[in-house]
Amino acid sequence: MPRYVVRRLLIAVPALLGISVVLFSVLALAPGDPFSELATNANVPPEVAQHLRATLGLDDPLPVRYVRWLAAMARGDWGYSFQSRVHVDELILQRLPTSLFVIGSAYAVALAVALPVGILSALRPYSIFDQVATTLAFIGFSLPTFFTGLLLILVFSIRLDWLPFIYRADLDATGVRWVFEQARQSIMPIAVLGLFQGAVLTRFVRASVLDVVRLDYVNTARAKGLSERRVVAKHVVRNALIPVITVIALQVPTIFTGAVVTEQIFRVPGIGSLLIAAILASDTPVVLAITFVYAVLVVVFNLVADILYGWLDPRITYA
Amino acid sequence: MDEYGIRELVNEVHCGRLSRRQFVRIMVGFGLTAPMAATLLGPSPARAQRRGAFTPTKRGGGGRVKLLWWQAPTGLNAHFATGTKDEDAARPAYEPLCAFDPDGVFIPILAAEVPTVQNGGLARDGKTVTWRLKKNVQWHDGTPFTADDVIFTWEFAADPATAAVTVTAYRDIDRIDRIDDHTVKVVFKEPRAFWYDAFFGVRGYILPKHILGPYKGANSRNAPPKFIGTGPYRVVDFKPGDSVRYELNPNYHIPNRPFFDVVELKGGGDAPSAARAVLQTGEYEFAWNMQVEWDVLKRLEQGGKGTLVQTPTGNIEHIQLNQSDPWTEVDGERGSVKSKHPLFQDAKVRAAFALLIDRATVGEELYGETGKVTGNFVNAPSRFQSKNTRWEFSVDKANRLLDEAGYKRGGDGVRLGKDGKRIKLVYQTSVNSLRQKNQQIVKQACAKAGIDLELKSVTASVFFSSDAANPDTYGHFYADLQMYNTTMTSPDPQFFMNQFVSTEAAQRANKWAGRNPTRFRNEEYDRLWSSSDKEFDPAKRAAMFIRMNDIVVENVVVIPEIWRNRTSAVAKGLRDVELSGWDSTLAQLAYWNREA
Repeated sequence: MPRYVVRRLLIAVPALLGISVVLFSVLALAPGDPFSELATNANVPPEVAQHLRATLGLDDPLPVRYVRWLAAMARGDWGYSFQSRVHVDELILQRLPTSLFVIGSAYAVALAVALPVGILSALRPYSIFDQVATTLAFIGFSLPTFFTGLLLILVFSIRLDWLPFIYRADLDATGVRWVFEQARQSIMPIAVLGLFQGAVLTRFVRASVLDVVRLDYVNTARAKGLSERRVVAKHVVRNALIPVITVIALQVPTIFTGAVVTEQIFRVPGIGSLLIAAILASDTPVVLAITFVYAVLVVVFNLVADILYGWLDPRITYA
Repeated sequence: MDEYGIRELVNEVHCGRLSRRQFVRIMVGFGLTAPMAATLLGPSPARAQRRGAFTPTKRGGGGRVKLLWWQAPTGLNAHFATGTKDEDAARPAYEPLCAFDPDGVFIPILAAEVPTVQNGGLARDGKTVTWRLKKNVQWHDGTPFTADDVIFTWEFAADPATAAVTVTAYRDIDRIDRIDDHTVKVVFKEPRAFWYDAFFGVRGYILPKHILGPYKGANSRNAPPKFIGTGPYRVVDFKPGDSVRYELNPNYHIPNRPFFDVVELKGGGDAPSAARAVLQTGEYEFAWNMQVEWDVLKRLEQGGKGTLVQTPTGNIEHIQLNQSDPWTEVDGERGSVKSKHPLFQDAKVRAAFALLIDRATVGEELYGETGKVTGNFVNAPSRFQSKNTRWEFSVDKANRLLDEAGYKRGGDGVRLGKDGKRIKLVYQTSVNSLRQKNQQIVKQACAKAGIDLELKSVTASVFFSSDAANPDTYGHFYADLQMYNTTMTSPDPQFFMNQFVSTEAAQRANKWAGRNPTRFRNEEYDRLWSSSDKEFDPAKRAAMFIRMNDIVVENVVVIPEIWRNRTSAVAKGLRDVELSGWDSTLAQLAYWNREA
């Protein structure tokens, strides 16, 4: 097992290097300029923008810039944002708690909905409950978040005037009031994300349970005279959830990149909105850092998923 | 009487010490015509009381006010601002020596008074300005504000290694003499008619020497994120790219101000939903720069929670005609200054294009009250606005001109060039729903005149890029026509009008960073522009800018379309929100208050 992990990690190194080359070149070749705002201002002489480009090293050849960036990254220096001059790791750390909270809660909601609904649907396939749940799940993952987000704003903020649609990272309330305010402003973004994820997971749980419930050992368990509750809990669900856990592990990295669209709609200051703002402003170091960390997380969590799989399912061994 | 004398009198009128009639009489005595004298005063009647009705008896007590900017501030040192968002977010904490009111008149902030010839502040030769500073002003950390901070600000911004965006305001200062703790004498390298740039408005934020002293020049970008200013509010928390939180400065130098205890500035998102948050749901009390289609804004305003406020600026949405040939290479360069545009070198063709722009429709349908239709490139302050230009929309006249010029229609109704090929012109602009609709309106009118326009739209971050390698920027102008909005950030056209100076022509030699993308070259224009900063007679100087405007408009180098306002959404109940198009939106935040 340890040898397997080491081997996988070693394979990951060239993969990540390759990813970093692609990311870096795509961003460097992409048109755009971090100083475009200065260009139309007649009071700012063009020398200023040119000087800034030079100090940021934007005029150097691409390979030189790549090696410089890679060397700094290896030392743990992520560079600083062209826009705010703040170190990229500080910027990301500032945004991380909000993203973790919103997306983490959304996942909790998604799981809380998907597990019971998915299992019940699979146990009584084609029943009314299953039909309704399946229809809702299809609607759920067919509707994009930018649509459901705006719909919720329209209903709950504008028509009913119950909930705010602008998320504030530093609420000035304390104690119970803070909890209340925080809940009020988080409900809509969490609901939008949670329902979408929940719909996807419901379908997955249902399919997985359906696969297991037909197997012979389940029949054996029933034949032994075990209660239905025990059959479902111990023999069906436990085995059916193995692939589900893998899927969840593979989705953990998205917590880091945030939910770009949802964060933009509700002005949630998470990593997703940082990413989109950085892309729009051609703030390459920030875009590069976020996308690269995402790549690292994807590689790492693939490994984690594989290891988890082996641990949950003893039939699989890593030699 | 010289400029400073006149300016002094104008200030007297604005302060209510002199009536408009008396002023005009004095000016007529100096040989000006009465209407000319009246335009010197600007459009507004004398305002006896600048500050609205509210006179507080104590500081604070206003609770919290929430402001919404749909671009998020990324830095709080306005000398590095990459957009108005940063200048605005810095303004509650940092102040200039003087601010600009809506007419471009000076309001002393950290200065004890506006320098004038009469009070000895301005030298008659235009070479020096002596500033008397307010005493008893403290930085947010309690350190006294002195002449050293003013001198430091100049040293900081003028250093080319700092790469401050404000450098043009400071680099022509030769030295600043420290007379005493609260007096400085600014000595310019050469006499300057446009002296009210350094230490004024958004380019004039005074920096604390005791904090930023070691961070000058190349080291300036490493300054610690400590935001110590003199303004009415001090920064409590700044999240770059998201929000700023300020609290009242208990030692502010204006008594009984400001009114609010806490100010929250949230950034990010998009303009329409920001308008919604103020006008429809009332979640926020102020939203900045509502660049939204007029009918959408109008509908949101019916939400009843707030109103739209229009602030005139000098910004101009305009169409440029390429004077060079963008399609043929001369010495390996497209759009070379040595070339001439095959069609637009004919004055009749240019005149026909001016007739094909349906400004009235663009104004009514797209901009509504957020802009005014105009035939001038320079529209404000009013003393620089030309009365000599006319504009009209007439497809018939355009057709006649094009016929006269010898461009016959081909079989499909499209005119043929001198080489017998169909004329097809490329008309480019940035991606922006208003501009794309604007392009359509122009295209339809041109089609009626037998001219086929190909519309091209480029993402804003590329179009306005200074990237020399990208051919799609407005600086390269590899198209026949292009449209965008030029911002006029000072109440003086000196810098603004460098856009048609021949030495500024954008070309390979200056990496297309020159200010003049049309590559227009005109000796009279160049002469006027270079002498305007040495002309100290304000009437003569205004006449020079009017002449420059007339040259570019009459030659149809540029077709001005919309004189744009800055549109803000203001919640009902928020009072004394005085906004100036020449200064930051938050310049007078200290005076904002709310109905009880």
